[in-house]
Amino acid sequence: MTGRNLPPLSLHVPEPPFRPGDTVDFADFDMPAAGAVRRPPIDTSPADIRDMAYAMVRVLDDEGRAQGPWDPRLAPETLLKMLRSMALTRAFDERLYRAQRQGKTSFYMKCTGEEATSVGAAHALDYDDMCFPSYRQQGLLIARDWPIVDMINQIYSNRADRLKGRQMPIMYSVREANFFSISGNLTTQYPQAVGWAMASAARGDTRIAAAWCGEGSTAEGDFHSALTFAAVYRAPVILNVINNQWAISSFSGFAGAEATTFAARAIGYGIAGLRVDGNDALAVYAATQWAADRARNNHGPTLIEHFTYRAEGHSTSDDPSKYRSAEEGGKWPLGDPIVRLKRHVIGLGIWDEERHAAMDLEVAELVKAAQKEAEKDGILQDGLKQSFDSMFEDVFEEMPWHLKEQSAQMHEERRAAGI
Amino acid sequence: MNMIQAINSAIDVAMGRDGAIVVLGEDVGYFGGVFKATEGLQKKYGKTRVFDTPISECGIIGVAVGMATYGLRPVPEIQFADYIYPALDQLVSEAARLRYRSGGEFNAPITVRTPFGGGIFGGQTHSQSPEGIFTHVAGLKTVIPSNPYDAKGLLIAAIEDNDPVIFFEPKRIYNGPFDGHYDRPVQPWSRFAESAVPEDYYTVPLGKARVVREGNDVTVLAYGTMVHVAHSVIQETGVDAELIDLRTLVPLDIETVVASVRKTGRCMVVHEATKTSGFGAELSALVQEHCFHWLEAPVQRVTGWDTPYPHSFEWAYFPGPVRLTEAFKRVMQD
Ligand SMILES: Cc1ncc(C[n+]2csc(CCOP(=O)(O)OP(=O)(O)O)c2C)c(N)n1
Repeated sequence: MTGRNLPPLSLHVPEPPFRPGDTVDFADFDMPAAGAVRRPPIDTSPADIRDMAYAMVRVLDDEGRAQGPWDPRLAPETLLKMLRSMALTRAFDERLYRAQRQGKTSFYMKCTGEEATSVGAAHALDYDDMCFPSYRQQGLLIARDWPIVDMINQIYSNRADRLKGRQMPIMYSVREANFFSISGNLTTQYPQAVGWAMASAARGDTRIAAAWCGEGSTAEGDFHSALTFAAVYRAPVILNVINNQWAISSFSGFAGAEATTFAARAIGYGIAGLRVDGNDALAVYAATQWAADRARNNHGPTLIEHFTYRAEGHSTSDDPSKYRSAEEGGKWPLGDPIVRLKRHVIGLGIWDEERHAAMDLEVAELVKAAQKEAEKDGILQDGLKQSFDSMFEDVFEEMPWHLKEQSAQMHEERRAAGI
Repeated sequence: MNMIQAINSAIDVAMGRDGAIVVLGEDVGYFGGVFKATEGLQKKYGKTRVFDTPISECGIIGVAVGMATYGLRPVPEIQFADYIYPALDQLVSEAARLRYRSGGEFNAPITVRTPFGGGIFGGQTHSQSPEGIFTHVAGLKTVIPSNPYDAKGLLIAAIEDNDPVIFFEPKRIYNGPFDGHYDRPVQPWSRFAESAVPEDYYTVPLGKARVVREGNDVTVLAYGTMVHVAHSVIQETGVDAELIDLRTLVPLDIETVVASVRKTGRCMVVHEATKTSGFGAELSALVQEHCFHWLEAPVQRVTGWDTPYPHSFEWAYFPGPVRLTEAFKRVMQD
């Protein structure tokens, strides 16, 4: 302004490459070759693998063959179990999405296209490792063989809902399966996972923790504090970022993706950072296994960016056609995680199209049966199923006078109103 | 013992009894805390039980919640209550709701210690009394001691409690009770009976108020530093006031409050925190609800003004003897 001969400043506001109606072309997408990235020893110094934060660990090539040093060389049973968990997760999503559309519940969120990021990780972790998920890791519970009828009970807030109708659908809590209570507040589980891991280390335990958040959520302050604490105390924790490109309507550029990768966030904290093909179940498995071994051997935390694509709307309340091109999902260069693993196991000769089709039917029937079972205990639509008294319980360990008073008042008011 | 020594002793005694208790916070480890409340604890219990943290309140509380979920009993310190706000999300959205939202599967038995209150020329960010923010949160307990004996007993009770507790320490009275006469030297705690603190384990139950002084004409509800200010003004003015130290704000000892106001017919609420939506508003409403037919005058609130805490205007801001004396006149008028 004061006579300096400079052009006016301009504010950069990121814009995604494709909007509704645009023709999608991922020709510019730099597709890293499967098997090309080295596999460092688990005690590697974070500084020595900085390049890996910008590369991409991929195992499965276009033909579904496992390539390179990250191939976890899994037993056929494990491969088929992972495939089935992913298929079951997808079938579960399909059916519960429809249940919301039918008015049986208020809300649902799918993880379509991201099944490998949770199922692959769950298989590489020990069952007693503690998971701190976000709302899009239903695959963890399913891979841990948690009864899906219990998940549906929660979604329906019905009589059998262990969370007593207090939580929005999909905000599961399953202590028995080492699956931490999901919060609606993004990224709060990140420092909690670090704290759990610190406690495990302080106690000389052997269990580790793992946390998940979306790439959009990495912009929260909790992400920064979690990484700082994880690095400072070398906490035995795996910090997963599911980069599915979208945070509701905001593309990953609003979380900083235009400038760098999410795995590269690790570098500034001195944490090991890996970037993996999130649609490659074997790459997810291998990276998680590496990070888990590293954590378990006191070499500290690892941040893993899972590069994937949110194939469906953000939730049942969202219409993605309003902000992104409908072509994007179909043209996503990293494909579909289930199709890719299927091709792999068929190539190995341990699977075929017939068995796959039969499995798809079987998991669909399984979900249908579980849904029927859950509906015996009620759905949200036909009214509250939990006792009213329970609304005031568990605020504190013991109910203080003011909650007793309010509970009594509620009953009195309802009685007076004749309900 | 003074307040600091009593708090230190409480943590020491609790840690000695329960290996799950850990202390974390900025400067609490090797250095023993900026107010020395954790002095010697790291040496005694080791670095994995008493440790320094990065300067990140959201991290301190977030990590404490995670440690609690594992099965530990963290006692995080927030260096000044004025700096608790970065941790609000973890306290309000997580610690407070964990038991409820998980149907009792998980809980967060953490005790957040934090020095609070003014009267020390701490200006805007070393003087605040944010208790009203926490009493408004379902699932949190809020505790405020006013003397060394209570500080130790309440702190041990808070640490043993299975709910998250915000434990506010009135830093103005760490070394001796402050009567509001800022121009007079403060007497050390050693001259007062409440400094007789047992070395061993004892508790003061949460949710129980203490009648500091019995009286018939007016009930004064106070906590923290204001207990002492109110006490001295009562003595100076000769009002026959019943002074109640609430000690725990949530859950409140409603019985003691109601019994007193029904006896006296008048009530005055005193706190340092700003007036609008402060805890005094809750107290005043509760008294009105429970004692309407017994009240002979409107409930008086003597509080900090609705401004940020000013540095040089400290003694015009602080609800001291001048303001309390005037309030007594008003409440006794009708
Ligand atoms: C603290 C907080 N802010 C905002 C929201 C609302 N919200 C819910 S999900 C979401 C997007 C998260 O995107 P991302 O982290 O990329 O995860 P994704 O949904 O893609 O799995 C937002 C903004 C919230 N739940 N919590």
